[in-house]
Amino acid sequence: MRKKKYPRIFNILPLLLPLLLSGCGSALMAPKGEVGSELKSLILTAFGLMLIVVIPVIVMTLLFAWRYRHSNLMAKYAPDWSHSNKIEVVVWLIPCVIIFFLAILTWQTSHSLDPHKPLADKEDTLEIQAVSLDWKWLFIYPEQGIATVNEVAFPVDTPVHFRVSSGSVMNSFMIPTLGSQIYAMAGMDNDVHLIADKTGTYPGRSTNFSGAGFAEMTFDAHVTSEQDFQAWVDKVRNANDDTLSFPDSYRQLAEPSEDVPVKYYSNVSPSLYKDIIDSFRYGDGGQGAHAEEHDEVAMSAEAAE
Amino acid sequence: MFGKLSLEAIPYHEPIIMVTAAVIGIVGAAVVGLLTYYRKWGYLWSEWITSIDHKKLGIMYFLVALVMLVRGFADAIMMRSQQAIAAGGSEGYLPPEHYDQIFSAHGVIMIFFVAMPMVIGLMNLVVPLQIGARDVAFPFMNNLSFWLFAAGVVLVNVSLVVGEFAKTGWLAYAPLSETAYSPGVGVDYWIWALQISGIGTTLTGINFFVTILKMRTKGMKLFRMPIFTWTALCTNVLIIASFPILTATIALLTLDRYLGMHFFTNDLGGNQMMYVNMIWAWGHPEVYILILPAFGVFSEVIATFSKKRLFGYNTMVWATVAITILSFMVWLHHFFTMGAGANVNAFFGIATMIIAIPTGVKIFNWLFTMYRGRVQFTSPVLWTLGFIITFTLGGMTGVMLAVPGANFVLHNSLFVIAHFHNVIIGGVVFGMMAGYAYWFPKAFGFKLDEKWGKRSFWCWLIGFYMAFMPLYVLSFYGAMRRMQSYENASWQPLMIVAWVGAVIILLGILCTVIQLIVSIRDREKNADVTGDPWDARTLEWAVSSPPPYYNFAHLPEVNSIDQFWEMKKQEGFAAQAPTQYHDVHMPKNTAAGPIMGIISIVFGFALIWHIWWLAALSAAGMFVTFLMRIFNDDIDYHVPAAEVERIEREHHKRLEMQA
Repeated sequence: MRKKKYPRIFNILPLLLPLLLSGCGSALMAPKGEVGSELKSLILTAFGLMLIVVIPVIVMTLLFAWRYRHSNLMAKYAPDWSHSNKIEVVVWLIPCVIIFFLAILTWQTSHSLDPHKPLADKEDTLEIQAVSLDWKWLFIYPEQGIATVNEVAFPVDTPVHFRVSSGSVMNSFMIPTLGSQIYAMAGMDNDVHLIADKTGTYPGRSTNFSGAGFAEMTFDAHVTSEQDFQAWVDKVRNANDDTLSFPDSYRQLAEPSEDVPVKYYSNVSPSLYKDIIDSFRYGDGGQGAHAEEHDEVAMSAEAAE
Repeated sequence: MFGKLSLEAIPYHEPIIMVTAAVIGIVGAAVVGLLTYYRKWGYLWSEWITSIDHKKLGIMYFLVALVMLVRGFADAIMMRSQQAIAAGGSEGYLPPEHYDQIFSAHGVIMIFFVAMPMVIGLMNLVVPLQIGARDVAFPFMNNLSFWLFAAGVVLVNVSLVVGEFAKTGWLAYAPLSETAYSPGVGVDYWIWALQISGIGTTLTGINFFVTILKMRTKGMKLFRMPIFTWTALCTNVLIIASFPILTATIALLTLDRYLGMHFFTNDLGGNQMMYVNMIWAWGHPEVYILILPAFGVFSEVIATFSKKRLFGYNTMVWATVAITILSFMVWLHHFFTMGAGANVNAFFGIATMIIAIPTGVKIFNWLFTMYRGRVQFTSPVLWTLGFIITFTLGGMTGVMLAVPGANFVLHNSLFVIAHFHNVIIGGVVFGMMAGYAYWFPKAFGFKLDEKWGKRSFWCWLIGFYMAFMPLYVLSFYGAMRRMQSYENASWQPLMIVAWVGAVIILLGILCTVIQLIVSIRDREKNADVTGDPWDARTLEWAVSSPPPYYNFAHLPEVNSIDQFWEMKKQEGFAAQAPTQYHDVHMPKNTAAGPIMGIISIVFGFALIWHIWWLAALSAAGMFVTFLMRIFNDDIDYHVPAAEVERIEREHHKRLEMQA
């Protein structure tokens, strides 16, 4: 486990939380991985810090309104009193102090929880390429040479480097139980690093609305032991003789379809992910035939990145 | 001849739409029939449609907003019903094709055609009166703004029956909104409804900015302006600075869709990230355009009904200005998950949190305005108290979303939905309802019924918490926004609670409708003879209710912040009738605004359906109308002193009778 970067003092704040949010079925409050756990304590810390000002405000609102109600002639009435340096200082200071601490927390966690940041050395990391299509997820395993649709598997306690792109409109790749999401955008090579510390099957989905089949654009993430993962890879390899190649069978797969069942591809060209990204560099939607004519455009697209 | 338009564009097979259309048709026919029967067309045309009177335009804005609130709410309750049903494999009663249009339309309508016209309507009604002016700086432009806005409203409603609306979400993210993925006319309706009404909004921004800076009465320095006027000033600065970005973004999308260009497409160098950045560079200031005037309303209400000066006037002003500036520096927090680096995310996260400081200060200032006051629990005060508590909670969830790390799991979830309804209902809607109850007697000369007003408040408050607290909880279980159905049946009970909350909000809206009817019935009983029903503090209460069309017979002179309050302290003020009256210079009504508005509906409709000849013809029509207006020098007149004297005498006579 990585060490938490922000001060220990923040860790006691979550104790203030109502138990409501700590339900064990909750994806975000019962995370199954390091990233998710850190995000959970970050959310609870931020929540606790803000309660310091939110609770007094609510109490003061009710208290002042009641105490200074029109019918209460006992209360002091000062119609022209409208300024007090002391109060002004306090009301500026309290939010400033809280935001100061939150800002430190934000700066640190923005860096420590940066989705692009690797969780371990490259050799220890499994790379999976996720491509959002209308309306399903394509997962490519470049090292294993296989691909799947709407199902992803990886071993427990192994850092996974998800490279995320889109063959269609913008989507967002997320497995809530494991932590951060990241946008999937055509022509862009985005990434997020995740890790699971418990085996199990966790739901994943696109979180960014992408059209008619969006609601069912879900997949299962199977977190397994190392052996089970190898067995799963073999299963995919031996499932059939389907080859996913670019552009022909990829085009077929990319056709819009909804509520798509799990599908395995036992052979995948090693450059598929790159081919999909590169297909958007040119105007013909991926055939690559007019590459030379559009040279200038391709260069400007690179420059834009 | 008719472009893409044919009879097939009308969705005969959709019973919900057809019934709605039938109801709209029947109600419309009834209104037309009544107007004809009572021979009110001439009155409507000369007193309202062509009017350049800022008060009447304000009333019309608010009326349209209330009607559109019902339309937008119908969408809302359909969504909540769908989500209450469509669990665990059930598809509910709305297919994606329909559901996606509904949530897109709901967002567009609630922001552009409910919240915006409420804000602009209140500004119209109140600002010139508060600064002691007889009208806005550009009266014709004000009328034109309204009719361009109304054209947008008409186009959105036409999309219900002819064709379809966008299925892209309210901001129509590219490339989903590009022709390749949205070939239908839905996005085109979105484009032209927003483009036409957006130009109206920009004109309003310019108009009120100039009005507030140049038309303040003698002695009203900037730091003597009422807080509502201050917030209106900042809102108009935001409108001027941000709406052109929206116009440009939509224009680029239009070029993509109509001329095959590639600003935001997937290929040929198009950049969808540019679209998202640009739309939020407008979109974030937009939420402050809505909330700042609501802050202004609360400031007026809480001071008036606490019978006490507003605490920390200067702080309030500077907090408003700070929010105005900061609101342009935070747009990226809407897409931390796009994958920008940690430094960029951290910068925008912290910038966002900093906005919580001036906002928090404002909250404390309202609290300390009540402190040592005499708080009357009228309905505007209830809305204000409900706002302070609800908005504080919404602000807290907003800051949570502003932490990039937390945002990585909360983004796109129901947490976001719960958060922005938390601040928009708790802030903007409560603020506009408070302003509606507070200034209604000024606009119409009688008060709204308090009993029904309070019922409305309680329904909205309880309904809001029931409808949106469950969504916060669900977001922690992985529930995302914009889902037409969901697998996980264990979410259903909370979705049903949320539906019940929406039904309670519906009761709140019904209470508002009943309140209006009851108040009109009891208008004699609740009449506001003095023009100052609340014993209030600012200049709009110094004139009769409703004010004469020239507002002030004599322009008032200002020496302090709560000028009217100070004037009232001088003995016998109310009875003082001036002895001498002068001619008052006023602008004339004009037909140019409504004509251009109506033609712009045709223009937008023609472009949506690719009826090019009609688009060209209507563009020419608008241009000719505009030229005729420009070369018309007969645009103003003088109200004779005798007429002013007659009107003012009448008011003073009523005042004396009251006394």
